[in-house]
Parts: sequence; structure tokens; C-alpha cells
Amino acid sequence: MPEAPLGGAAALPSPVRPRAALDALLLRGGLWVAAAVLAVGLVLPLATLLLRAFEDQAGQFVGLANFAAYVTTPALLGAAWNSAWTAALTTLVVVPTAFLYAYALTRSCMPLKGLFRAIMLIPVLAPSLLPALALIYLFGNQGMLRGLLMGESIYGPIGIVIAQCFYCFPHAAIILAVALSTTDARLYEAAEALRAGRLRIFATVTLPGARYGLVSAAVVVFTLVVTDFGIPKVIGGQFPVLATDVYKQVVGLQDFNMGAVVGIVLLLPAVGAFLLDRWAQGKRAATLSGRAVAYVPRPRRGRDLPLLGLCLGVAAVLVGILAIAVWGSLIRFWPYTLSLTLDNYDFARFDATGWDSLLVSVRMAALAALLGSVLVFCTAWLLERGTPPSRLGGAVRFAATLPLAVPGLVLGLAFILFFNHPANPLGFVYGTLAILVLNCVVHFYTVAHLTAVTAIRQLDPEFEAVSASLKVPAWVTFGRVTVPICLPAILDIAVYLFVNTMTTVSAVIFLYGPDTKPASVAVVHMDEAGQASAAAAMAVCILGVTLSAKLLQVATGGLVERATQRWRRRV
Amino acid sequence: MTDSALAERRAAAVARGEAPYLVVDQVSKTFGTVMALERVSLTVEAGEFVSFLGPSGCGKTTLLRAIAGLDPATSGRISQAGRDITALPPAARDFGIVFQSYALFPNLTVAENIAYGLRGPSWPKPRRAQRVEELLSLVGLAEHIRKYPAQLSGGQQQRVALARALANEPGLLLLDEPLSALDAIVRLHLRQEIRALQRRLGVTTIMVTHDQEEAMGVSDRVVVMSRGHIAQIGRPEEIYRNPANPFVAGFVGRSAHFTARVDTPPGMLQAEDDGCRIEADAARGMLYGNRVEVFIRPEDVRLSRADAGGAGSFAVTVSHLEFLGSVCRLTLEAGTHRRLEADLAPDAAQALGATPGAKLAAAVPPARVLVFPADA
Repeated sequence: MPEAPLGGAAALPSPVRPRAALDALLLRGGLWVAAAVLAVGLVLPLATLLLRAFEDQAGQFVGLANFAAYVTTPALLGAAWNSAWTAALTTLVVVPTAFLYAYALTRSCMPLKGLFRAIMLIPVLAPSLLPALALIYLFGNQGMLRGLLMGESIYGPIGIVIAQCFYCFPHAAIILAVALSTTDARLYEAAEALRAGRLRIFATVTLPGARYGLVSAAVVVFTLVVTDFGIPKVIGGQFPVLATDVYKQVVGLQDFNMGAVVGIVLLLPAVGAFLLDRWAQGKRAATLSGRAVAYVPRPRRGRDLPLLGLCLGVAAVLVGILAIAVWGSLIRFWPYTLSLTLDNYDFARFDATGWDSLLVSVRMAALAALLGSVLVFCTAWLLERGTPPSRLGGAVRFAATLPLAVPGLVLGLAFILFFNHPANPLGFVYGTLAILVLNCVVHFYTVAHLTAVTAIRQLDPEFEAVSASLKVPAWVTFGRVTVPICLPAILDIAVYLFVNTMTTVSAVIFLYGPDTKPASVAVVHMDEAGQASAAAAMAVCILGVTLSAKLLQVATGGLVERATQRWRRRV
Repeated sequence: MTDSALAERRAAAVARGEAPYLVVDQVSKTFGTVMALERVSLTVEAGEFVSFLGPSGCGKTTLLRAIAGLDPATSGRISQAGRDITALPPAARDFGIVFQSYALFPNLTVAENIAYGLRGPSWPKPRRAQRVEELLSLVGLAEHIRKYPAQLSGGQQQRVALARALANEPGLLLLDEPLSALDAIVRLHLRQEIRALQRRLGVTTIMVTHDQEEAMGVSDRVVVMSRGHIAQIGRPEEIYRNPANPFVAGFVGRSAHFTARVDTPPGMLQAEDDGCRIEADAARGMLYGNRVEVFIRPEDVRLSRADAGGAGSFAVTVSHLEFLGSVCRLTLEAGTHRRLEADLAPDAAQALGATPGAKLAAAVPPARVLVFPADA
């Protein structure tokens, strides 16, 4: 502590060393635990990945040789270009459509808004493989609508872009719906009082209000497409993209160093997108003051009817693709014998693990949801309230936002390199359920963390100070006040972790062992083996589980509300 | 051994009323490179009601939080009831606190909020329930015991927070801007209630506020703070009548302010801008030619008809008149750019014919002019 006398004054009295209470020490210990989990599950693996990119197969440092080899291999560079343009095209299609859909949900008086909102979320619950499988049913070599492609093949960029549109739509629509619903009604009243026309109001109030939402949505869609592995794996055919390249280098060629290089290339757009999105979020937060008045739309046929038409169209496509996948999974022999059967659900016939893989997935997702939400929420509380600001806290906070910028495939690869390293004492977890759970919790950490932080920041900042003055330890207040108030947010986090762990492919495809193959990986394997119907059936099963989890959350939401949120009612 | 003996002796001295209850000695607090408090010292007697008053950013809340241990002091010493508490965590100190936001636990009922600190073996259920009832009747909320905070008005929430802070019978009650979230009428009523309650319980109380009327109205003594320093400590009328420096004179109460130079004969001042001369007792001992800051309170301006002004009076023009009910506040122009304010009973204003544009004579009793040497 620099205690130099200021302005020539006499030396200050001796500095105070605040004595920490026992509970403060324990809470700091908790923060160390969180830091350790994030170090083992994120920082150390990523560091290993970075190091490996600069080594040759024998472990010798070779500088930029791997990168030079990468840049001079046309096939690899071509994959990067393919990733970029398919992602850009998907963004161009999805963002405007999602904007109109979100606009209809928030700014029109069309009927059935609740239903449209629910349908919009369907793709989130399904593995990304599901739309790809549905497209194969429709347009594949034996597809019913193959003629529509006029000789082009669905296996390639066309299939990738269509399937990505389905998969990315809800992510863009959710962001834009939030951006559009947080506009201040007083701006519209002011514009009307100044006699601005509808188009002028749209151009000068609506679009600027949503512009950071549009940036965020575009960034998120672009990143999702570039980093997604499932769709190009299933429908990409011979069309190489970055994500499939990583897989090919690692699983096909066993070239971990080149895999690491491609992983770093894959990391670049994701990190760039992450930074851009952070910038947009910061700007957006500043646009809405606490005193804003909510906008309530008034009915107008000229706007409501076209928007209703658009929503019906989009909803029909979303439900249609889903229905095709479900139907296809029930067909005896596509497209020749269209009679219905449950044979495709007898997974043991197609894959050695049979139904067990679904069980593994459910166990993995349940553990990730349980342990993950406890870890995420406790850590967020320790950072926000439980401990005074510190350097350790700053490091944990940074590590918590990092996973959003790390594609699942890169994290998975980093995990193999780190945990498989002969010198790592933690190597025994490789291939166990534990490593899968850790990987999934870390992979989906950021969104869960931000949800928890938002919920905690809504609490009065003096709760802990009040309990200290009443001589009640901080964790008692955490249990009696913070957790009960935040329970809805905690459930959201748990369901988010559960659903994403159930559906993810990229994060786990490098990490499963013989007894721990998740259902989503089984889908990929069955598809690789030419068992498309069985793959679709397994994807439908995954959807069934995630849909049940979501419905269970909605159903129990009322109970939780009654038990813990009674105080919110004003009378 | 000697240390504890010393502490015991000190505590005994506090108990006999020979030593102050709370001693803040040379306390400083820095946030990074910002010095929020610089060597602040003060004492609070047992049973006293003291207010920390100052503009935002003056360090008053920082000092309160240092006393509570929520943001411990960087250096210095704080002792309470003879015990050195400077480095203790909040839970090891003896105080109750009410925040501006009240920080009531929204998911707990009024009774559960008040009973929050009444835990452990010394508080069996019946005793706890009895204490809660006692406190609720003390703050007049007995019928709201089962309600949640969101179902109470702001004033009622404030009282619950007060009851919760008093539940453990703390030796020291800290109030951090406790009234500023309330509307004017409730505020006035509650501050009187808090003061009455404090007198009845005899609990030593420190209140932080930026509202001078509030501080003057309820406090035994007021600590005026500015930029991390204490500007003055004193009874409300001392602070108002005899401010220790220009900051306190300007901050507490209303006044017209200008700079002047000490002139002859002794006790005469000449304004720097327009040369207007005014007599001030406080300037008698000052050296000729020194620069001074002059403050004149509105209630000290004596007005009379333009033709009836005696010696030492000067001509003024009424430029604006504000009717405030019990009093009329006149804005007066003296000379070319001197502006004064004067408070007058409405009847007197009418009798003088004080309407905008009217010409009057003004005089200020030399004893009432506040004069401070200007810094360089």
C-alpha cells in the first residue's frame, strides 16, 4: 500500500489491516473452488491447444510451421472460405426474417402471439442434426421433392444453408424480440406529436432502437453457423467447412497439431464475433433508461395481416421440417414403403449402444443441469455479492464470459489434448461421464452466468451489509433470501444447461468413451452408417426429452411461483 | 493483559459518561488513488443524535460505512464504547443500520424481516415473537405483521427497516439517508418520529443526509463535511449563526455572497465589484486591504421605505417576489450587479409596497454580517 504523505502533509497514521471474519474467508475459499473448476475446464485446456499448434507430432517446438502448412494447403483454406460464405448467406436470410417475426410478436396486434412464440423456440430444443435429416428426407437422393432442386444436390452448401436457417432462427428471433420490446413508448408519442409518418417513425425510431439487437443477432447467427458441426457433418457431403475439417484432422488423420491449428482458425471468427457482440451489448444497455414506458401496439389491419401471413409461413416451415423428421423416423422404408412402423426406434439393430446412449445423454444432461446451475449461481453470487472485489474475482469473471467465444469443437479438442496428456494426473477422467459433464457445463457457462448475474443484480445491494449488521452470516442470507428470490432464474439456467447438453454434438464428439456415448453422437454414427431413419428416430427421441423438460418447467413454474414468489403480489 | 485491562478501564469510563461513546480518530479512506476521507476526527457522546451533512461526494456515507465496517478505513482509529473496532468485520461490531433503499428482504414477511437477526439459542421462539410484537407496536405497525414489504407504503417500509435495525438493541444506530426516498410530508412526519423514538430508547444515533433542514431539525449536533474533510461540528444554531468557514456559510441556509476588501474606519467593508460599502462587526480585527468573503442571510436584511432609510442603509430595487405562505422572499438588486434576498412577513411586505420594481432602503445589522478571510 503506497502510504506516501500527500501534499507535504505529515505521515498518515498507520494503515488499518481489516480483520476478515471466518465466513468471509470461507466465501473466498468458494471463489477459489470456482476458479479451479474454470482453470481445469477451460483455461488449461485452451492453453494446451494453443501450445500444440506450435509443436510437431513429436512435441518439438516448430514455431509457425503448422500455420504455414495450413495456409499453403488449398483444401484447408477453401474450407475457411466455405464456412465464411455459407455463414454470411445464412445471416442474410435469417436476420431479416427473424426481425419481421420478432416485430410481429412485439409490435403488432396479430392473434396467436403466444403460439408463435412457442413455435419459434422449437429448433432450440432439437439437435441441429434434425433439420439436416429432414432435408435429406425431402431432397436427398431418394427425396420426394428432389426435382425442385433442378439437378443440384442437397448434399452441400444448399442443404447446409437451409438447415442452418432452421437451426439459427430462434436465436436471432429471441434477441430481436428482446431488442424490440424494450423500446420506450414515449419516443413514439413524441414522433407522432411531431407529425412523422409511419415510414419515417420506423426509420428514425424503430430501426435505431433495434440496431444493436440487429448487430447482436447477425453476430450470433454467423458464429453459430461457422462453429456448428452437426449440420455440415450430416448434409455437407463433400463440401468441406472448418468444423468438419477439425474433425477430419483429429479423428480421421489423427493429426492433433493440424487439428489445433484449424481449431485456432475456428476460434478467430468466434472471438471477433464475441468482441463485436460485447460492444453492441454495452451500447444497447445504455439506450434504455429506468423510466421508460412500455410500448403497447394498437391494432392496424394493413400491418397486422401481412405480418400474420409471414408468421404463419415461418411457423409452417419450422413445424413442417420437424414433422418430416418425426414422420420419416416412423416410415418403414423411405421412400418406397411408406407404411408406419416403430422399427427405427429399435436402436440396438443399428448401433451397439442401442437405447443406452439416450440414457447416457439424460444422465449427462441432468448432472450438467444440477451441478452446473449450482456452480454457476454460487459463483455469480460470490462475484457480485459474496466477496469484495479482488483480482481473483476479476479473473473468474473474465473466465466466465470466455466460453461464449470458444466453439464446442475447439473446446472438445482442447479437452482431449489436455486430459490425454501423459503428464496430466487428471487423465483418468477421459472417456468418463465426468469429463462430458465438465465439458458441457463449461461450454454453456457464459449464457448461464449472465442470466445469474442479471438476476442477482436486481437484488438490493445492501442485503449482505444488513445481514452482517444483524450478525447473520452471508450464506444464511444467500439461502433464505437470494436463492428463493432467484429461483425462477436458477430453473431457467438448469433447463438451459439440460437442453443444450442433450442436443450438443460438437462439444462431446471427441470425449465420449465406450460406455458413455451420448445420443447426439449416436445420431451422427447411425447417419454415417447409412441408417438415416434410425438417426432421425434418435434425434426425435432427444427432442422428446428436451421438450418434456421444457414442458415440465412450464408446468412446475406455477408451483415454484406460488411457493417462492408470493411476495411479488402487491395485495 | 495490560491491553485488556486498558480496554476495560476505557469501557468503564464510557459507562460513567466520562469518555465519549464513539471516537473517530484521524480516519482516512482511499479508493484506489481517490482520497474519500482525509484524517477525519470526531466524537459522539452516548445517547447523542449526530448528523453527517454535506453535498454528494463529500465522504459522509464513506465515513458511516467505515464506522459500520462495511468499507473499513484505510488508516486511523475508530473506537466504540472503549473498544477499538477499526479493523473488525461488521458482524463483530455493535450497530444497527437503515439504508436509503431500506434493503428489506422482499420474500420475507414484516415479522420475519424484523426477527431476521434474532437467531441462536438466546432467542427461543416465544421470546422472538414477543420481541417482534414489541418492536412493531413501537413503530406503530402491529396490524401489518403478516404482510410482505411490497404491500406496505414507503413510510411503513422505512419503519420496518428501523424496527429490524433496533431488534438486537444495538448500542449504535446508523441511518444512511433514511428519508430521501419518501415524499415531503411523510418525510417531515417520519423524521420527527425517528427523533422521538431515539430519545425514548436513548440509542446513540448517526444519520447521513444531504438535506440540511432534516439535519438541523433532528440533530443534537451536525457534522458538516466537504470533500473528505470535516468543515465544522456544532449544534444546529451554531452552524447556522456562526459558520466556521465560507463553505459552511454557503452550504447551510440561504445567503447572498460576495467578495470585499477591508476598508477604513475599522469594521467597514467595500465590495470588490461595485464599491458598495457595508459595516460588519466581524471585520473589526482585520487588516486594512485584506480580501474577505461576505455572506448575508435573507432574514437579516432589514427593509424600509426608500425615504426612511437610516445611516448605513443602501438603495435596493425589488426584482422578484416569491410568496411562500408564512413568508415572502424578495429578490433585491442593489447597485448594478449585487443581488440580495430578504425574507419578510407577507403583511410587512404589503405595508412596504414591495412589488417588483419598487425602490426600498435596505440595511444589515453589522453584528449579523458573516465575514471570512478569502484564501489568497
